[in-house]
Amino acid sequence: MRSLNKTKSIRSVTIYGVLAFFSVVYLIPLFWMVSTSLKPDSQIMSIPMQWFPRPPQWGNYGKAIESFPFFRYFFNTVFLTVMNVLGNTVTASLVAYSFSKLQWRGRNLLFYITIATMFIPGQVLIIPVYILFTQLGWINTYLPLIVPAFCGGGAFNIFLLRQFFISIPDELMESARIDGASELRIFTRIVLPLSKPALFTVALFTVVFTWNDFFGPLIYLHDPSMWTLAIGLRGFQQQYSTNWNLLMAASTLTALPLIILYFTAQDKMMRGFTLRAGIR
Amino acid sequence: MRRRRSKYFRRKNLAGYLFAAPWLIGLSTFILAPILATLFLSFTSYDMINAPRWIGLTNYEILFTLDPGFWKALGNTFYYMFGSVFLKVFIGLIFALLLSSALKGMRIFRTIYFLPVVLPSIPVMFLWMMMFNPRSGLINQILGFIGIKGPLWLNSPQWSKPALILMSIWGIGGIIVIFLAGLQDVPEYLYEAAELDGANRLQMFWRITVPMIMPVIFFNVVTGLIAASQVFAESYIMTAGGPLESTTFVNLKIYLLAFKDVRMGYASAMSWVMFMILVPMTILLFRISRRWMDY
Repeated sequence: MRSLNKTKSIRSVTIYGVLAFFSVVYLIPLFWMVSTSLKPDSQIMSIPMQWFPRPPQWGNYGKAIESFPFFRYFFNTVFLTVMNVLGNTVTASLVAYSFSKLQWRGRNLLFYITIATMFIPGQVLIIPVYILFTQLGWINTYLPLIVPAFCGGGAFNIFLLRQFFISIPDELMESARIDGASELRIFTRIVLPLSKPALFTVALFTVVFTWNDFFGPLIYLHDPSMWTLAIGLRGFQQQYSTNWNLLMAASTLTALPLIILYFTAQDKMMRGFTLRAGIR
Repeated sequence: MRRRRSKYFRRKNLAGYLFAAPWLIGLSTFILAPILATLFLSFTSYDMINAPRWIGLTNYEILFTLDPGFWKALGNTFYYMFGSVFLKVFIGLIFALLLSSALKGMRIFRTIYFLPVVLPSIPVMFLWMMMFNPRSGLINQILGFIGIKGPLWLNSPQWSKPALILMSIWGIGGIIVIFLAGLQDVPEYLYEAAELDGANRLQMFWRITVPMIMPVIFFNVVTGLIAASQVFAESYIMTAGGPLESTTFVNLKIYLLAFKDVRMGYASAMSWVMFMILVPMTILLFRISRRWMDY
């Protein structure tokens, strides 16, 4: 019995050791980003490397913000994020309700097609969509980056919400139907209030995706005053390619909202990832 | 009675279509029609000024016979796809197994491993560009401490793709979380029964864990491969496709053709070839995974 305990404790010490070691490895890049952002110019590329900035140059953050229209890009990104969250949560939940609680001809076929679209590589779609937006005169506007979100919110969000709606008992809706409530009323008064966690997960994913999107803004936004943080950072880097400390300060500021969001809602974020795997 | 019933069903149908309407529009406008439009454009020459001109299979002829750059890009893309996905799935599974042990504090580790997933990709790429610097970069300086002379990473045609794969492993958290959920679904009694029969840990892993989570492994492989086939910003931002075109991926080529040279027809042909490779590959992988599940 004692030897069994011993092997058990050796085992847990090994697991802790391995996990702790790689945690440090995983955190080093992030640490390096913040550390570099606070370094004076002379310490950025120093050999041997300087782990901690001496002394920390808090002014780097002010300089970085002044070197490019940070706040403009920040608010552009926030605007796009809010619109996408709105579009995805509203329309994906409508569609998911239809797929889970309403009976109509062609529903199952359409749902299978929807699932299949999740496995379509995006490069086959982008050229005609770009041509369409060009012909509509939408290039250099935010419309190409907003309107698609209002068209069903994408297969993944629909799938995620549908899985959640299925778990809501039909009896709740039937009794409301007998009382003469319209589907829209049932949807807004019964289904949506019960689905806050799932809607929140969709919103979280949308925030992370929109905040990080590079390709969309790259091809649709040419006017620098309309850029998002991702594109703006690219412009910043081309202009100040040697000022790694300022670039890292700007990068840290770009990442900060998402890091804060992560630490307030990490369980929901991870659950979203897990639900996604339910597709298989 | 019958009339009333059909009216009821018609109303029900109508409500269903109305609620699904946003997606009926989105699905057809942004997914189904574009797939067909890309196919059509691939048989044309189109510069977005003049109307598309039908040129038959010319784009494909050029692609397959006269454009060695495409084959190079295709090779690079598959190198990156399989390299990053198999490493991520393999390492992700190991981490998930360690994290699923019922020890205290696993939550903290999970939080740390997942964190890079939510970080914005462009800042992350700048960060790694700095760390990959052959002389002053953090990675080669640390390797230097333990007496290894690090490679030139992004400046070397041999090491540029491994460098990008290494960077992608930093974002392994999503795969770990999916594996963790899969491992939780394996019923405990299977292990208890095996333990009574005197099976050791390794046997239990191969005979119980692996077959039970095979669908999750396949899911991670399939979605991972499709996502990795989209690799673009990494080469656009970090390497400009170089050195010696070693990180010129198909999507970078499509981007340059479509949005810099405005050769929409040729870019469409390239997209369609990629589509015709990836879709059968996905279907094949799903078929294989079905067979596994039957077993």
